[in-house]
Amino acid sequence: MADKESAEAVISEIHRRIAEAFNVFDNESSKSVDVREVGTIIRSLGCFPSEAELHEMIAEVEEEEPTGYIRFEKFLPAMTKVLMERKFRPIPKDVLIQAFEVLDQEKKGYLEAEELKKYMTQEGEPFSQDEVEEMLSAALDNKENVIFYKDLVSKMTFEDL
Amino acid sequence: MGCGATKSNELQAALLIQRWYRQYVARLEMRRRCTWHIFQSIEYAGEQDQIKLYNFFGYLMDHFTPANSERNLISHIFRENEICRDIEWERYFCYKNIEVPELYSGPHLSFPLTVSNVADLVEAFKNKQQLHTRYVLQLLLESWKLLRMLPNINQVSTCQTKEITICGDLHGHLEDLLLVFYKNGMPSVEKSYVFNGDFVDRGKDSIEILLILFAFMLLYPNNVHLNRGNHEDYIVNLRYGFTKEVLGKYRLHGKKILKLLQKIFSWLPLATVIDQKVLILHGGISDTTDLNIIAQADRHKVKSTSFLLIVDMLWSDPMPQDGCIPNEVRGGGCYWGPDVTEKVLRRHNLQLLIRSHECKQEGYEFCHNRKVLTIFSASNYYEVGSNRGAYIRLGPDLVPHFIQYQANRSTRELTLRQSVGETERSALRALREQLFAHKSDLLYAFQDYDTDNTGWISLKHWATAVEAVLRLGLPWRVLRSQLVTTTQDGMLDYQGWLRELPITEPKTESLLETMYKQRSNLETIFRIIDSDHSGLISFEEFRQTWKLLSSHLKMEISDEAILDMAVSIDFNKDGSIDINEFMEAFRLVDRTMNLPSEPNHTKTDE
Repeated sequence: MADKESAEAVISEIHRRIAEAFNVFDNESSKSVDVREVGTIIRSLGCFPSEAELHEMIAEVEEEEPTGYIRFEKFLPAMTKVLMERKFRPIPKDVLIQAFEVLDQEKKGYLEAEELKKYMTQEGEPFSQDEVEEMLSAALDNKENVIFYKDLVSKMTFEDL
Repeated sequence: MGCGATKSNELQAALLIQRWYRQYVARLEMRRRCTWHIFQSIEYAGEQDQIKLYNFFGYLMDHFTPANSERNLISHIFRENEICRDIEWERYFCYKNIEVPELYSGPHLSFPLTVSNVADLVEAFKNKQQLHTRYVLQLLLESWKLLRMLPNINQVSTCQTKEITICGDLHGHLEDLLLVFYKNGMPSVEKSYVFNGDFVDRGKDSIEILLILFAFMLLYPNNVHLNRGNHEDYIVNLRYGFTKEVLGKYRLHGKKILKLLQKIFSWLPLATVIDQKVLILHGGISDTTDLNIIAQADRHKVKSTSFLLIVDMLWSDPMPQDGCIPNEVRGGGCYWGPDVTEKVLRRHNLQLLIRSHECKQEGYEFCHNRKVLTIFSASNYYEVGSNRGAYIRLGPDLVPHFIQYQANRSTRELTLRQSVGETERSALRALREQLFAHKSDLLYAFQDYDTDNTGWISLKHWATAVEAVLRLGLPWRVLRSQLVTTTQDGMLDYQGWLRELPITEPKTESLLETMYKQRSNLETIFRIIDSDHSGLISFEEFRQTWKLLSSHLKMEISDEAILDMAVSIDFNKDGSIDINEFMEAFRLVDRTMNLPSEPNHTKTDE
């Protein structure tokens, strides 16, 4: 029942998806967005880049003399490539849970707020104060003041706010 | 601690979690922005409808040669255009024989107003009290007298008043006005204010806001300046809630109050200029804007010669490209570009244009090389958490300083996830209503793509078809997962999907759908016809209204079909249709217009 689509049709649909996501942030229909929003756009299209990968991509699509804005002209081909090559793939649920389990050294099944905060702000690509506060407020089980990470992952992966 | 391997594991784990979480936040942000776009495009589409209604009435006025029965209806609709002298109106609005009972616990006003009168008034409204009709009429009458003496363009100078505060749209959000007063201080001879229009509609305390603003204007006429907004218009009020609010709060005298307000609105000044350098008006400008011509206009006359110039001032929006084109989205005014800003500012030796009219997420926004500044003061305008409000402080250096805020303290405590969720649910509900209203057209569009008649289309075609029919300019592919929940292999059973949309089960499907689409227009017309504001119209009036509207829409409706419909709507079977019940059938009771019902409310303030 699926359409037998030509490569062209597939690409044109990808182009439309990218254009839509881009336009959501292009308030003045100027065909450009603030560089600080590019990460959001890329991620909203289903990609999971790290901060380093993101900066690399931004460097690619920036003007030679950075203006603080990214033009659609440059963004479209780069983003199309990312989607076609399926770069920055999503993280499977079980891999994510394993990651939490690594941090949960005592295998308690949960993390204390302070524990998670420490890891998130000191390791890897650290969160800012705001980011970690936001994460805690969403993740924290208020009654027990800890984070049941298995539940958290389930909640946030199949999101139906 | 651990050995090197464990440390590196921890690092990897942290990286993974951070990567995942940032993606989650980005998805939420995208949904928040989309929700914004949904509200905005539906709102503007509604305004478009509104202007179409105006055009409809204009068309009737100019061209209709009605048969006998319709002539009555039309003159009924247009009886507002009767000409009376102001002195006769003053007699009609006389408050003197309205007594204030002893039981009345609200504020008492004396005229001329004193500082403590006005302070009492603000305090009373803060405590959810209502002002007695007698004082309302008196206050409005005094305001009317003052406004009639004001020029079309207020000229203000910072040398007298040092700093000036400028507020944008308030739209009945009393808590925002109170927040501004709390943060900035109330108006006084030391503290000047400009309120840039759209004081009423949508929010639930529009009349209280008006009364406060007028009271301050009367108290400090040299320091408080009001500009007219596109919502200071009685026909717009019929649609967007202000009329309903007044009639609900003042059951006996609401009609009189509304009539007086109609006159007052037409006398509101159109703009304010500060130090001859900063122009403040509600909507914007066009390439024909000329302040000298506007200064001469008869602003209170409905069909003044400068009518179009005035519409431009109240309805226009800026655009990034050069030029000046009609504002098709709103249906009135234009879109003007940076070149027009340049031209008009230079023509009058101005340096900045401050306007409102558009909701901005941060409460304010610059454009056109920082020559145009939008200021919007109603926070949480679309939904709790949707946007902040802001106001401007302008000193003699004429450099704007912004203060932002958001009413409803609990909003700030909601997580991003929670506030997005609420707003989004609301937006999607509104969007589904729009989709339902266009069911037939959507079906045709889907069938066009389903050439083999399988009942299935691809999601790609779904998105294209929906945009072609609704024309809201929304990112349908981004929204798809929220609107279409059951798909198979990337294909959609479109008839099943359409079936799941409707709110009510229609009998005569397309007639009901059309009515649903036109419901706002219908309600507006009904309320105009219902001149005694009884909430009831007769079958005959209903039939004539629908007939007129459908001929304007170029639709074929038989008299029988209309009568059938009218009979089925007459829930009480008493030969008249209750407008509220009629609209209720379409579940139109907007949450923002739910007036608070006080349990032990004795009507002492009427």
